[in-house]
Amino acid sequence: MDTVYPLTLSALLFGIGVYGILARKNAVMILASVELMLNACNINFVAFGAAWNEISGQVFALFVIAVAAAEVGIGLAIVLLIYRNHVNVNVDEIDSMKW
Amino acid sequence: MNIHAAADIPTSPADYSAIAPELAMLGTGLVLLLMIALKRFKNDSWYAAIAAFGTLFSAGWAIALWNAVESGEVGDDHVRFAFSGMVVADGFGAFLSVLICLAVLLGILLSDVYLRHENAGKAEYYILLLFSAAGMQFMVISNNLVMMFISLELLSVCLYILSAWHRDRSDSQEAGLKYLLLGAFSSAFLLYGIAFLYGATGTTNLVGFEQYFAENVLFSSGMVLLGMVLVVVGLCFKVAAVPFHMWAPDVYQGAPMPVVAFMAAGAKVAGFAGLWRVLEVGLSAYELDWQPLLWAIAAITMLVGSVLAIVQTDVKRMMAYSSIAHAGFILTGLVAANEEGVRGALFYLVAYTIMVMGAFAVISLVARRGEQDTSLEDYRGLSRREPLLAGILAFLLFAMAGIPGTSGFVAKFAVFGGLAGAERWVLIVVGTLASVLSAFFYLRLVVYMFMEGLPLEAKTPTLSRLPVPGVSAVVLAVTVFFTLQLGVLPEGLLDIAGRATLFAG
Amino acid sequence: MGDYLGIVVMAVLALSFVGVSLGVSALLAPKRPTPEKLDAYECGIVSDQESVERFPVQFYLVAMIFIAFDVEIIFLYPWAVRMRALELFGFFEMALFVVVLLIAYAYILREGVLDWAPKRTLDRETLMQGFRVEADRAKAALSEQDRGRKSEAA
Repeated sequence: MDTVYPLTLSALLFGIGVYGILARKNAVMILASVELMLNACNINFVAFGAAWNEISGQVFALFVIAVAAAEVGIGLAIVLLIYRNHVNVNVDEIDSMKW
Repeated sequence: MNIHAAADIPTSPADYSAIAPELAMLGTGLVLLLMIALKRFKNDSWYAAIAAFGTLFSAGWAIALWNAVESGEVGDDHVRFAFSGMVVADGFGAFLSVLICLAVLLGILLSDVYLRHENAGKAEYYILLLFSAAGMQFMVISNNLVMMFISLELLSVCLYILSAWHRDRSDSQEAGLKYLLLGAFSSAFLLYGIAFLYGATGTTNLVGFEQYFAENVLFSSGMVLLGMVLVVVGLCFKVAAVPFHMWAPDVYQGAPMPVVAFMAAGAKVAGFAGLWRVLEVGLSAYELDWQPLLWAIAAITMLVGSVLAIVQTDVKRMMAYSSIAHAGFILTGLVAANEEGVRGALFYLVAYTIMVMGAFAVISLVARRGEQDTSLEDYRGLSRREPLLAGILAFLLFAMAGIPGTSGFVAKFAVFGGLAGAERWVLIVVGTLASVLSAFFYLRLVVYMFMEGLPLEAKTPTLSRLPVPGVSAVVLAVTVFFTLQLGVLPEGLLDIAGRATLFAG
Repeated sequence: MGDYLGIVVMAVLALSFVGVSLGVSALLAPKRPTPEKLDAYECGIVSDQESVERFPVQFYLVAMIFIAFDVEIIFLYPWAVRMRALELFGFFEMALFVVVLLIAYAYILREGVLDWAPKRTLDRETLMQGFRVEADRAKAALSEQDRGRKSEAA
């Protein structure tokens, strides 16, 4: 299979993720966008692994999945903490210090 | 892909001695976790003591590893790869491992005082500190981008939680959220870069990169360059280099002070080590491409950090910009990419770790409860109230500014020596300019403490003398002693750092 | 089958009518949304603050822990596939992995994350405390009576 297709898909996903982080105000949506970016990387790893006929790309993807879950878990916990204090999680309004 | 063809997977003998310091660190964390699960101590200082003991143990293993590497017991060229090339046991890793242990130890001492003072103590704090340190240690010995990414995430995720640790201060949570969002963003860039490097070479092993570039002539190196730039961006974020520094001031201002001190030192060490391993070992074939990139980053980091620190009115924010400027100086050691430069950068990391720990020890004593008194105004006339503390802080600030006779001067001199060796004269001029600029804001704080009178409202004279707990006194004594010692007699450490530069055969 | 054709036609017509009318109004109607208009309708009074919700954090904790353990399981799959090739070394490495997870699990249990319901059974300490309070109260009442009787006698 041609590697170009998965690479294009992942580049699009990555771009959507970057856009989401820059454009979205809600912290949860930003976390979701990060997840999108990490999964774009996963697609890259698996695609390159297939292209090189090599297993470590897939192994890396597994690790990335685990790391992403940990990161989002922590992220949501902090968001929850802030939600209970501020009753909103818009990053624009969480600015007691200069952003 | 025929997975089933791999009938005999190479199960190389697990070489646990190569990761003994990290295992000690992680093991202590797990023991603490188990202890909490079984029974809780009433006094949190017990956990601090156990954590400190584990850190000493880890440092002992790291020193043993250093000795083994030095004596040539570990294999050819003082380098030994372990766990199928995932990690590498060499002088560079062992040296930085010991440094991280030092940062953790001082961090634990600071934390113990701080947490009791702020009533925010819990054993989990120390567990996260240890896991984060283990992440840093794994990062400095990783020889594989998978390993590097996972250790970076381990250290970052723990630091995110630690930044948001203070439940009663919304600034702390805000700092945690900002650090997390921007950190995750940069991790994604790093990962995307790693993916491209993997795609270009078919391996994630750094030595594998080197071999691949030596054996193959690439048709087009676009993918390598893209991957390289993305990886540099991701790692520069961790060391807070301009233009990826935006998180640093807010996080430094909001996060609990011992965490800030630990983060400033440890994350810088880990990020620097990651950059150096990727660029010097993995992408040495592309030296001509990454050197200008690092050159530019180092130059603007020094300048922007020094200039923006001048306009800050909060001491913690000022320290954030100062740490950015220091990151720039450390990066110049990598730009030089010769033995003196990297030796200087390693020395700089040691000196900076000690200085920043001492400075934050004083700042958190002056801040009292609630981290309120951190504005420049609060330091007005400090020398009248607290001559000793003010003197210590002034000395450490002089060291950060690079006044001769302190470790800061030797460190700056050492990295510039490397630059001179590489004939990077413009960067030396930029660096000198940045040092002069940075001296301005350090001296301004000193002037506030010593020259200015008490504020007219006279709220300060009524305050009682600041109590200095014994643990803080130990931190202050150690940091002042080593800052002076490394400033006057730096040869010993410079020699050791010189043997840890990755160049030594 | 043919008998139902009318119903099908009717259904299609009905659906397309809904679609067309909603679509046309969405396309042609003027839109001048204000925050008040977009708000949920509450007795016609503009709400000035978010309603206070109870936020059961328990769901979140359990969900997060589920995700964490669930994701860790993926590392067991590759090992399970190549278990024989990895031999004892692989087994012990995996055992170590699981032990680390178990330590985390023990911590979670200890922290009471998985205790859903409030504790129904009183433990001994609380029970005894309750008894003590009751006993003290009864004693106080008795001595009060005593004193009353004494003063009467006096």
